Parts: sequence; structure tokens; C-alpha cells
Amino acid sequence: MNFSPAPLHIPDGFLTIVVSAIFWLITIVMVGLAVSKTNRSLGEKQIPIMGVMAAFIFAAQMLNFPIAGGTSGHFLGGTLAAIVLGPWAGILVMTAVVGIQALLFQDGGLLVMGANIFNMGILTAVIGYGLYRLVIHQKKGIRLAVAGGGAWIATMAAALFASLELWLSGTTRLEIVLPAMLGVHALIGLGEALITVAALAYIEQTRPDLLNLDNSAREGGWGWIVSGVVISLLAVLISPLASGNPDGLEKIASDLGFLGSGLDAPFQILPDYSIPFLGDTAISTILAGAVGAIVLIGLVVLLGRNLHRQKSD
Amino acid sequence: MHVDVFDQYHFTPSRVHDLDPRVKVLITVLFILSNALLPDGSWPAFALAWLLLLVANDQSGLGLGFTFKRSVVALPFTLVAVSAIFSPQGSPLAVWDLGFITLIPTDLGLIRFFSIVVRSWLSVQIAILLVATTQFPDLLHALEHLRLPRTLTTIIAFLFRYLFVLTNEVFRILRAREARSAGLPGVKGGGKLSWQIKTTGSMVGQLFLRSYERSDRIYQSMISRGYIGHIRTLNPHYMERQDWLYLFVFILFLVIIQFVGWVS
Amino acid sequence: MPVKHKSLFEIQIPECEGDILQIQDLHFSYPDGHQALRGIDLSVCEGEKVALVGPNGAGKSTLMLHLNGILGDNSPVSVAGLAVDKENLSMIRALVGLVFQNPDDQLFSPTVFDDVAFGPLHMGLPEEVVYKRVEKALADVHMKDFGDRLSHHLSMGQKKRISIATVLAMQPHILVLDEPSAGLDPRARRSLINFLKGLPITMLVSTHDLRMVEDIFPRMVIMDEGKIVADGSSRDLLQDEKLLEAHGLETPHLSNQH
Ligand SMILES: Nc1ncnc2c1ncn2[C@@H]1O[C@H](COP(=O)(O)OP(=O)(O)O)[C@@H](O)[C@H]1O
Ligand SMILES: [Mg+2]
Repeated sequence: MNFSPAPLHIPDGFLTIVVSAIFWLITIVMVGLAVSKTNRSLGEKQIPIMGVMAAFIFAAQMLNFPIAGGTSGHFLGGTLAAIVLGPWAGILVMTAVVGIQALLFQDGGLLVMGANIFNMGILTAVIGYGLYRLVIHQKKGIRLAVAGGGAWIATMAAALFASLELWLSGTTRLEIVLPAMLGVHALIGLGEALITVAALAYIEQTRPDLLNLDNSAREGGWGWIVSGVVISLLAVLISPLASGNPDGLEKIASDLGFLGSGLDAPFQILPDYSIPFLGDTAISTILAGAVGAIVLIGLVVLLGRNLHRQKSD
Repeated sequence: MHVDVFDQYHFTPSRVHDLDPRVKVLITVLFILSNALLPDGSWPAFALAWLLLLVANDQSGLGLGFTFKRSVVALPFTLVAVSAIFSPQGSPLAVWDLGFITLIPTDLGLIRFFSIVVRSWLSVQIAILLVATTQFPDLLHALEHLRLPRTLTTIIAFLFRYLFVLTNEVFRILRAREARSAGLPGVKGGGKLSWQIKTTGSMVGQLFLRSYERSDRIYQSMISRGYIGHIRTLNPHYMERQDWLYLFVFILFLVIIQFVGWVS
Repeated sequence: MPVKHKSLFEIQIPECEGDILQIQDLHFSYPDGHQALRGIDLSVCEGEKVALVGPNGAGKSTLMLHLNGILGDNSPVSVAGLAVDKENLSMIRALVGLVFQNPDDQLFSPTVFDDVAFGPLHMGLPEEVVYKRVEKALADVHMKDFGDRLSHHLSMGQKKRISIATVLAMQPHILVLDEPSAGLDPRARRSLINFLKGLPITMLVSTHDLRMVEDIFPRMVIMDEGKIVADGSSRDLLQDEKLLEAHGLETPHLSNQH
């Protein structure tokens, strides 16, 4: 069995203690909330469902498919889990998956697990579910399209945050690693989006009751919608900014002063540095990123419609 | 393919296998934490940490090279840290002009890079040793004792149990897909990408539904046996003198390692 | 546990001392509208071993899920004189030991011990009692030293035995097994049959395995399309080829015809 080591599973040693601690803190708060929310709002039946769903996500991650030039698409499943089970249960399920991958298979570290859970479980739930929640009462085609777009953005956001965490730890140089990470994950995210859409379409076709759209667990959606939209926008805006102009980000980060010990201070950027294919002004790169996202969402809308029509024939 | 490749546990009678799983979890986390705390380039301390790891390997009865052999899983990710070599903080060792970017490896950059690699490599080995010497259910009990929320440990317990069942189901589905896609003349191996993705998507959907229905039956079998919302298990683990002793000695070693790392 | 090798055909069916299970005119439809049970009448006596046979989709599993209140509210089912309703539910679930067809659904814990202890623990028994119950249940199914084993390492036959142990540990008054011999190789099947034969407890067992019926169960109930179409002594019903074929059952090569 090969688990294609997804670059998202950060091992121990790659993040500093400060960065690890920050993300552990966020993760513990979110997972704690998720535990109390799921305990309260969902019946005792939810425990076996979440458990088997975690195993399902784990198993589904083995369904690789070739993308291009030897890269293989690797399903992450966070968005699908959050949409089908609700965001809190989705977070718990992904936490269990990331946890067991680290504990049992050393796929991702223990001290850095907080960051890994944040990237692959929390971001995906917030973005994937938040965006989906926005259109939950819309027609099937739109919902599927947004689910796909959400899955793509969530994957990109996970790559973005992983890069930022590595950079804040002084492990990588942002201007080298970020374009690479985002480039690879633009493809991986595409696979993620398409699989999420196809799986949702299949589920909605065969067991629409499982996606019961007025589930009580789906209440209080505004918080999710706002955070989903805001974080997606941030991710879409920051990515090109960060890869085109990391000085700005670094300044913000050092102004905020949470960079850890001097030993781990991030790198100063070479003065003559620029990345040709993104242009050199922040505006142009933001534009490029936004256009890319719109094109992608358009594609996914088309695919969603297409799938929808085929199924209803 | 049989899913026993998932089993990381290797039984040999040894003191490490007999240790309370809580002690092993704590030792593992503390060891990784200690590596993270060591300053870059503290090679004597890293060497001591490795020595400690070798002793643990030896004590586990699995052989000195046991975790070393399995630590290759950590290798691919080191690629990510390569860019650290070009840290501008040290003195330049060379100038590589690649046209669109100029790379300048520095001495501090190299030290940083190798420190990251060593930390990660040491940490992954102790994690390997942990699962090789601890049955997963014991690990779960340890996490429960260490106050992980019950909801989470229960989900992980189910995940562990059904991982094997569902991955077998995936293998069956994959075999069916191969059988269907291989025989078509004129279609190059695996079929078109859009077809691939669509079938993968519906396989995921199918797997989801089967899993969901399974969770339904599991729930029925749980309530048949009296479950009403709170999972109860027995955790027969008690810390004994030996366990405290090991924990204490190990922490002592880590303190020494830290001392060496920060003083030298 | 001594295994009786005497065929049950030679054993006199004891007089009924009181019904442990009573069902009167039970109807049930699944939420999707499918009518799975259409008027079931059945009573089972203390100590009786009853086989429930019928083609796939006859409603055997659905019926079994009614016996401890997993399906149906206030259904006309009573166990040991107790109506199967919300009030009695926890009592009923201790009385009826229901073993699901697929052991991977029945064994949901990481270790064998955890699974066998699950029932007793959730009945609220004290720890010492739980340990004793687990030990006894595992011994009863001849799997004494398997407590620490991981469920996914077991063979199908072992899983089936442990599944039965998970309910034996609750010391039920009636054992309800859904297709216990399905998916077993001949040796595992034979050893399961010997084991069930020796188990001194009221049993209702669904199966397609008519040779097992002949071996263990003096009484046989045939179900088809949600109804009971025959109920009587296995010896007689198993001779009735027409009846068996009409309900999709293959005539076994009966041992007393050799
Ligand atoms: N969860 C369900 N929802 C809808 N129909 C079901 C469900 N479970 C079973 N059925 C239907 O009820 C009928 C009886 O099924 P079942 O009790 O499983 O039969 P048996 O165990 O005799 O094979 C079948 O037609 C089956 O398709
Ligand atoms: Mg059945």
C-alpha cells in the first residue's frame, strides 16, 4: 500500500515550538467546541456514524487517480465530510483521520499535529462547509458547483497555511516553496473538487435523505457562512500576494511579533528577487489569482450541471 | 492484497513492550519536544538523542536498527526544507545564478537544513518505536487516561476497527474498476481522465453509502447491547514502580541532552 | 461444554412450560414504504430451539430486529411476559441476545475483550462481574485466550463465535442469531453447529442451511414475503419437497434417508 506522502502532512522537526503551539491552541479550541457541539446537538447515534465516516475518509484517501505527469490526485475528503456530516462532526472526523495517520503511520508529526489538523480538518470544514452553507437552499447544480469550488479553495488554503507555517518556522523560503505548493495543490485541489462533486452527486442521487438539507445540525449557519467566505477570500487574496511579494507578509508577521526565537527568524528576502510568471506587482498577482479562481469555479459549475443532467436522464 | 501491512505492532517479549502505554506516549512526546527545543547545530546533543534512541531500540528487543530501517518515511518531506540552505543570514558559500532566481547557499543555511532533517528523523523514529511496541488499543487507553475527550477517542477506536474493513472494501472496488477498464480495446490504460475522475467520484459515493449503512447496523448492534449514549470501556492500566522509574530516567536523559545542547 | 452427538430427532420435544416469546399479528413497513412483515404470529417456548428459514428478503432479519425493539414502536411482541416498549427496553435488551449476520457489524471494538465486555458494562454491572462474565462467555465459545486479540485479525469462524460471546456475556434468556453459518467454510460450520447444539438456551436462528436445521432444530418456521407460511416439526417440514421448493429452499440430503 502506498500513501503518496501528501506534502500537507508536516512531520515533526519542521515547525518551531512557537508555531506548533499556536496551531495546537487554535485546534484544541476548535476540537473542544466540536466535541461539545456534537455531544449536545446530535444524538447518541452520531458516535458510530462519525467513527465509521472517519474510516471511510481514510479508506477513500487510497482511491488515487493519475492527474498529469506522474502526479497522482489524492483525495483529502475534508470538504465532503463537512458537507455531509455537518462542520463540527466533519472537524472531529478529520481530526481522527489526521491523528491516526500520525500515530499509526508516521504520516505527519505529533508535535506539529495541531497545525496538520488545522490545515486539513478545520480549514476545510470552515471553507468547504461555509461556502456550501451559503447556497444550501439553491438548486442542485449550484450547490454541487459551490461544493467543488469550496473543495478547491480549501485545498489551496491548506497548502497556503502549510507553507506559511513552514515559513514562519524558518524551514522554507516562502518565495520558493509557496509557488511550488500552490502549483501542485491547484492540481490536487482540482481532483479534490471533482471527486467531491461526483461523490455528492452520487449520494444525492441514491440517498437524498442523508443530505437532509434542513437538519437541525445545520442551524446557526451565519457564523459558518461568514467565516467560510472571509477565509476563502483571504486565502484567494493572500496566496498571490505571498508568493509575489513575501516582504509584505514578513513585515506584517514581524510587526505582530510572533516569530519565535531569533534563531528561527524567517529569512530576509534577496533584493533582486522576483518570480517571473506571476509578474511583480501585488495588484497583478491578486488579479491573476482571482481570475484563476473564477475560471475554476466556472468550470466546476459547468461540470456540476453536466453531471446533474446526466444523472436525471 | 491483505491489509495486515497496516499493522505496525511487533511483539517480542521486552521491558519496553511491558511499559505502561501512558509512559510510552509521554516519553515519545517529550523526546520530540526535546528535539524541537535544541538549538540548530547542536550536534553533540543530537548525537546523544540518537544514542538514547538506540538504547530504546535495544531495550525493545526489536534490534538496534529497527526504527532506523523504517525511518525512510520521513525522507520525502526533507525536500521542503531544502530552501532553508539559502538562508541569507549566514555567510555565502557559493552563488548559483539560475537565470530567473539567484541562489546563495550559506553556512547557517546548511546548519539549519541539517538540523531540521536530524530533528525530524529522530522524532519519526521514536514514533515508530511507540507503535511498534504498543498495541493500538492500549495507545487509545493511554490517550483516554491522558484526558483526550471520550468522543474523540471513541471515534478513533471505530476508525481503527473499520479501517481494515473499509480498506478491504476499497481493494474490492479497485479490483472491479481494473477489471472493467482493462479489457477495452483502443482505450489506453486506465481510460480518460474525466472518466477516471467520474468513476473515482462515484466509487467514493458508493463507499460512503456502504459505510453509512454499516454505521447504521453497528448502531443497532450497540443498542442491542445496552448502549444509550455513553461508551464505557475498562482500562486495565496501572502505573507501577518500573513505569515511574523508566519515565524518570528518560526525563533525566532529556535534561542532560538539553544541557549539552545549550551549553556547548 | 459437553457436545451431544445424539441427533435431536430422537429427543422428545419437551412440553411448553410458558412462552418466552410471543408475537401477535405483527406488521411492519420500512420508511420507504416497503412492507416487510405482513401479519406474523409466533410463540416460542422456554428451552426451545427454533429455526427460521426462508428466501432472501423474506423478512427474517426484519422480524429479528423487532424482538428487542430496534424496529417498531409498541409492536405486538412480548418477551418473558414483558411488552417490548420504551419502558422495558433495557430489560428486554438484556433478555434477548441478538447477534447480527455480519460479525464485522457485531464486533465494533478494537479488541475482543472490549467487545465482549461491552454488553455487561452497559448493563451497568460492576467491573469484577464484567471480567467474570467475559471470561465465562469466551470459555463458552471455546475462545478462552482471545481477549487481547484484535477483532480484525480473527478468521470468519472465530468472529462468529466471538459475536455469540458478546451476547452470551449478557446472559440472555433467548439467543437470536441471524444466519450464523453463512460465509463459513465446512470445518468452521461444523464446529459452530456442534457448539450451538450443546448450548442450553432458548434459540431462534435464521438460516438457509437446512442441514443445520436438521441437525440442531426440532422446530422450523418458514417465512416468505413477510408471512409465516409453515410452522412445525423440522422432521416433517424437511420432507415436504414441494413446500420447500415453493419458497426457494433446496431440499437437503437428509441423513435419515441415507
Ligand atoms: N432498511 C431498509 N429499508 C427499506 N427496506 C428494507 C430495509 N431493510 C430490509 N428491507 C427490505 O425488507 C425486506 C425484508 O428484508 P430482510 O428482513 O432483510 O429479509 P431476510 O433477512 O429474510 O433476507 C426485503 O425486501 C428488503 O429489501
Ligand atoms: Mg437477513
